[in-house]
Amino acid sequence: MTLIAAIVASIALVHGAAAAETTPSCVVPESLLPADVDLTRVAGAIKERHRLDITVVGSASSALTGPEGARFAYPAQLEKALRERLPGNEIKVTAHIQSRQLTADMAASLAGIVKEDQPVLVIWQAGTVDAMRGVEPDDFRTSLDQGLDAIAAGNADVILMNMQYSPRTETMLNVSTYAEVMRWVAEQRDILLFDRLAIMHYWSDEGIFDLYAPTNGYAMAHQVHECIGRALATQIISAGHLDADKLQTTR
Amino acid sequence: MASVSPPQAAAGERDLRLDLFRGVALWLIFLDHIPENIVSWITIRNYGFSDATEIFIFISGYTAAFVYGRAMRQRGFVLASARILRRAWQIYVAHIFLFTIFMAEIAYVAATFENPLYAEEMKILDFLKQPDITIFQALLLKFKPVNMDVLPLYIVLLLLFPPALFLLLRRPNVALTASAVLYAAAWKFDFNLPAYPAGVWFFNPFAWQLLFVFGAWCALGGAQKLGGVLRSPIILALAIAYLLFAFFITLTWHIESLDHLVPSWLAEWMYPIDKTNLDVLRFAHFLALAVVTVRFIPAHWSGLNSPLLQPAIRCGQHSLEIFCLGVFLAFAGQFIIAESSGGPLTQTAISVLGIFIMVATANLITWYKSIEGRSPASRGKPPDADLAGGEV
Repeated sequence: MTLIAAIVASIALVHGAAAAETTPSCVVPESLLPADVDLTRVAGAIKERHRLDITVVGSASSALTGPEGARFAYPAQLEKALRERLPGNEIKVTAHIQSRQLTADMAASLAGIVKEDQPVLVIWQAGTVDAMRGVEPDDFRTSLDQGLDAIAAGNADVILMNMQYSPRTETMLNVSTYAEVMRWVAEQRDILLFDRLAIMHYWSDEGIFDLYAPTNGYAMAHQVHECIGRALATQIISAGHLDADKLQTTR
Repeated sequence: MASVSPPQAAAGERDLRLDLFRGVALWLIFLDHIPENIVSWITIRNYGFSDATEIFIFISGYTAAFVYGRAMRQRGFVLASARILRRAWQIYVAHIFLFTIFMAEIAYVAATFENPLYAEEMKILDFLKQPDITIFQALLLKFKPVNMDVLPLYIVLLLLFPPALFLLLRRPNVALTASAVLYAAAWKFDFNLPAYPAGVWFFNPFAWQLLFVFGAWCALGGAQKLGGVLRSPIILALAIAYLLFAFFITLTWHIESLDHLVPSWLAEWMYPIDKTNLDVLRFAHFLALAVVTVRFIPAHWSGLNSPLLQPAIRCGQHSLEIFCLGVFLAFAGQFIIAESSGGPLTQTAISVLGIFIMVATANLITWYKSIEGRSPASRGKPPDADLAGGEV
C-alpha cells in the first residue's frame, strides 16, 4: 500500500515537474488522500472502455471567476492531470457549478444530473453554503444522504469534497461542524472523502501557500486549484487502482 | 469528604473549587476560541466528549442557585427574581458590547481582505450590506457570530430561572425531573430557538438547561443526597472507565490509523456526538469528570489556598467579566495571528499573554471591589449584598 502510494506520488512529482516550470509543489501526505474505498466503476471504465466520465457538482468554491476561470478551476485541472497520468484513455470532466447552492438544492438536482451525464464518478463538493447559512447540521446530513442515494441509484462512484480552508473568515464562518458531519457521513456510507479542508490547512501550515494573504490577483487561486485537481487525480488513481504499472501488466 | 460541598450553602462560605474550575474553564474557552491555536491541544475537548462549556454552565447553575436561592428564601420570590433578571440584563449588555467589537473586526476584514480564491466564503460578509437587519437580529439574539453563543444561552437560562428556582427550593426532585423531561422533549420533538439568517441556536437552551438546573439542584442539597453515590467505589470505577473510553474514542479522531478500531455498530450508535443538544454522551462525560474531581479534590483541600491556584480562582470569581474579556481576547488574538500569519510561537505567546491579561484583570476587579467593600473576601457584608454582581 505504502509502496503503491509512493510510486503514485513519485509519478505525480515527475509529471508535475515535467508539465510546466510554474507548477507549484503541492505534495499532499498520503494520510490526507485516503484510498481505502475502491472506486470499482472507475476501475471498470478504464479497464474495459479506456474512458472515464466524471461529473463535478458544487458551489462557487468549485469554480473561479475572472478571465477563463473555468479553465483554471479544479475540475478542468483534474481533467488535465488525469489525461497526463492516464495516457491512452479518454477523460471527460463535466462541472455543474452554481453559486449559493445549498446541499439540499444540489441533492434535489443530482438525480437529473446523473441521468443526463451518465458519469462513472461524481465528485460532490458541499458544505460551504450550508455553513454560511447556518443550516441545521441534522438537515445537512439528511440532504447529503439524499444526494448520495441519488448518485448510488445512478450507478456511479462518488467522492465527497468538503469546504476550503479559509483562515481569514474563520471567526465568521464555522465550517468545522459541517466538515464533521461530512466525515461522519463518508464513514457511515463507506465512501471516499476528499478532505479539501485538511489538505489546504496542510498547505498553509507548511508554508506552501499563504492563504492569509490579501491579493486581487489570480495567480495563487489558479495554483491552489491546480493542486486540488492534481491531488484529486492522485486519489482517483490510487482508489481506482489505475497505477501505470498495474495497467500495463493487466493489458 | 467526597461531596460537592452542600454544607457551604448552609454555612454561607464559598466553595473555592467552584471558582477554581470555573476559572480554568474560562481559560480553556479562551484557548478553544482562537482557531489555529496550537495551545488548544491541551484543552479537555481533545481528550473526551465534553468540554469547558459544560463545566461553565454547571458551575453557573450551581452558583446561581447558591446566591439567588438564599435571596429567595430570605426575601421572597419577587425580589430574588428581580435580581436574577437584572443579572440577565447585564449579560445582555455585555453580549451586545462584544457584538460591537466583533462587527468592527469584520468590517475591517471586509474592507482589507481580498482574494479571488475565497470569493464564495467572503459572501459571509454580505450581512454588512444590511446593517439594519443584522443589528436588529443581533439585538434579538438571533444573529450570533461564531463563538458568541454562550452568553445568549446564559441569558435564556437566567430568564427561565426564577420559576425553576422557586420549584427547586420546594420540590427539588420534581424540578430536576421536569428539567430532564424538557431535555428529553427537546430531543424527541427537536425544538430549539430560531437563529438568523437561518437555522437554530448553536446551544439549544432547552437541552442545555438540564446542566444548569442540575448544577442548581446540587447546590440546594442535591449533592448531599448524592454523597453516598459519590463515595461508592463502583461509581468511581465506572466513571474512570467511561473517561478512559471517551479518551480512546477521541484519540481515534486525531489518529487516523486508530479509526478502524472503533467497531461500526458502535460508531453508528454513538455518532454524531451532538453539542447543540447536549448529547447524553457529553453529559455523562461531564458527570464522570465531576465524580472523579470531587473524589480527589475535597472541599477543604489545602491546595486551594496555594498561591499557584489563585490566578484561576480569581478568574472564576469574576466569571462574567473574564468570560467577555476572553471572547474579546480570542478575537484580538485570532486577528493578530491572521495579520502576522503567525506560527506556533505566535500562537503560544498570544495564549499565554491572553491568560495573563485575564488574571491581571481579575485581580484588578477584586481590588476595585475591595475598595468598594464588596470583595468576596471582605467580611461583615450583608447577606443580600450584591454577591451576584461579579460571581454568578
